[in-house]
Amino acid sequence: MSEYLDMDLLRFTTAGSVDDGKSTLIGRLLFDSKAIFEDQLEAVERSSQQRGDGYVNLALLTDGLRAEREQGITIDVAYRYFATPKRKFIIADTPGHTQYTRNMVTGASTANLAIILVDARNGVVEQTCRHAFIASLLRIQHLVVCINKMDLVDYKQEVFEKIVADFKDFASRLEVPDIRFIPISALHGDNVVDTSVNMPWFKGGSVLYNLETVYIANDYNHIDARFPVQWVIRPQTDEHHDFRGFAGRISGGVFKPGDEVVVLPSGFNSRIKAIHTFEGEVEEAFSPMSVAMTLEDQIDISRGDMIVKANNPPRVTQDLEIMTCWFSEKPLNPGGKYIVRHTTRECKCVVKEVRYKVDINTLHKKEDDRQIGMNDVGRLVLRVSQPLLADSYRRNRQTGSVILVDEFTNATVAAGMII
Amino acid sequence: MGPAGLGTGGPLLANHHMSNYQLSHLKQLEAESVYILREVAAQFERPALLFSGGKDSIVMVRLAQKAFHPAKLPFPLLHVDTGHNFPETIEFRDRLAESIGARLVVRMVQDSIDKGRAVEEKGPNASRNMLQTVTLLDAIEEFQLDAALGGARRDEEKARAKERIFSHRDEFGQWDPKNQRPELWNLFNGRKGYGEHFRVFPLSNWTEMDVWQYIALENLDIPNIYFSHDREVFQRNGAWLATSDFLQPQPGETPENLRVRFRTVGDMTCTGAVLSEAADLSDIIREVAAARQTERGTRADDKRSETAMEDRKKQGYF
Repeated sequence: MSEYLDMDLLRFTTAGSVDDGKSTLIGRLLFDSKAIFEDQLEAVERSSQQRGDGYVNLALLTDGLRAEREQGITIDVAYRYFATPKRKFIIADTPGHTQYTRNMVTGASTANLAIILVDARNGVVEQTCRHAFIASLLRIQHLVVCINKMDLVDYKQEVFEKIVADFKDFASRLEVPDIRFIPISALHGDNVVDTSVNMPWFKGGSVLYNLETVYIANDYNHIDARFPVQWVIRPQTDEHHDFRGFAGRISGGVFKPGDEVVVLPSGFNSRIKAIHTFEGEVEEAFSPMSVAMTLEDQIDISRGDMIVKANNPPRVTQDLEIMTCWFSEKPLNPGGKYIVRHTTRECKCVVKEVRYKVDINTLHKKEDDRQIGMNDVGRLVLRVSQPLLADSYRRNRQTGSVILVDEFTNATVAAGMII
Repeated sequence: MGPAGLGTGGPLLANHHMSNYQLSHLKQLEAESVYILREVAAQFERPALLFSGGKDSIVMVRLAQKAFHPAKLPFPLLHVDTGHNFPETIEFRDRLAESIGARLVVRMVQDSIDKGRAVEEKGPNASRNMLQTVTLLDAIEEFQLDAALGGARRDEEKARAKERIFSHRDEFGQWDPKNQRPELWNLFNGRKGYGEHFRVFPLSNWTEMDVWQYIALENLDIPNIYFSHDREVFQRNGAWLATSDFLQPQPGETPENLRVRFRTVGDMTCTGAVLSEAADLSDIIREVAAARQTERGTRADDKRSETAMEDRKKQGYF
């Protein structure tokens, strides 16, 4: 029991081109950790046979939708779960087709780590660069590049080293602090769970070993105290007559009772009286805990406000510059109005300017092409109707991210990272 | 600590978190679910929590208590009762709702049948599972619910693995799996048009094991049919079904008295038992850890076709 309680959680995303062996790798991780059950495997075997696949098609484990099974493609992000005695893992498995950049962005937005698959025979290709760029854009701190199908190149170290060199050449333009390379054969299991006997020259450990041991505690921001208010708890009972608890999830930093705080955007000062949980009051609260706070002074606070430390506030601004990834089939309308959602705040915005579009294969800025359509990445200037309490995405993923929503269809049309 | 300490570990372990600003996986999942529940309270006018008396909805109720403590739940519990539930579950449901002072609303599938809104299936495999959709959608309309909180998890079933946490339903209650809104970071878009609603799944990222560990961690009370007991069962399509007023063995099916328990609690007509000696939570956790069949492997409702769940969900099922 105690070992279960000491487990932590790693969220990772997987990306690879079609036929890079992504499904095989995930299938093997799940199977070897016993996260695939017999009845699931039997169902997959039955379907594979019916479809005439000629092999057990592990992709059918994750391709759950009728349309996906019919077309033999992955349309959407699938979430898969497995655990080892050390960690629980959440995989956001995203399709690798060119047109599905938006799914990769979605999967990457909550990931601590990204696995990128490279076919050892093909080396670094355009899609590899795109996947790495998206991981970097979404500020994933850890990248594991799996050079797969090593069995088909006779497990040669030179092939591996060449791909590593090519990737590093490209990656010098990215901002990912931790990049690891692992030569694997997903099909035969080399360096997936156990170290490969076929590649004794490789000392970096298996994929699972890296997933289990990568240090992620630093990935949360524990410096800039941020508490976006979600909901005000007012029990209005005799016992808790004057209780006004500001409920929310800590988005950064550490809060303690007695801390001097400022409420934004009003700017009123107060002190934290207590930090409440169902189990009782706690001595400190940090990201990603969900708590409720009471303050020493009676201040008008509602959803969308943010409680921060007096000496370290975020920007209070109506002008934002963002890197966006566009999701909608309807292209961005320059000068158009959208609804913007940021932490617990929602307001309107107008797109003042498209600065440039990024060629996500070469990372070149295209200042002469400012048409932003589905799956495009570009830099925008927004004017919002209410002040937002913003940090740069680089500093804080929670207080530095926005989504844009279509006013009429209510569809989520874009993701934005505040610069 | 050994497994023996499981049942009594609640209060001590509840405050447990790792040093250096790290949370255990259960505490991270809890914090995420509490955040989602609060978003629902804030973004919608008339939410309800779909409550069946099963383990997942029991965990949901505890998380909702945590989200709004010391206030009561800001939404009612809604049970769509097929009338074919285990009596132990119904009794448990009423007791729990009363003990936390929650408002419990029950809508019966039988009433939908009596009103001619739904037609009972015929034959030995007849189930009211599909009919629940009618009663559920009627209840959503009756109370003008704009969000229904469900305890479904993504590890349960392959269509659920692709569903959003905030899952949009059109004015007919239908899910469009190919046109779902991208869901990023912790920004949930609950905007909708008139007559539309959302299903929200705060346990999306939990696994069966997480749920059991959490029940042990929180020392939660659960219906006794989850624990090993003697019951008359018979085998049909590879599942052990319980003999009841609603389900009788057919010629060629032999009733037997066996030591069983249930891994999921649904309608008696389609929920299979597993042979088990697991008498307490630590036994169950050990059994789940060693299990080679999914928990829905005993659910006949999922076996009707390869995409049975997706097809039902498109119609408005849970």
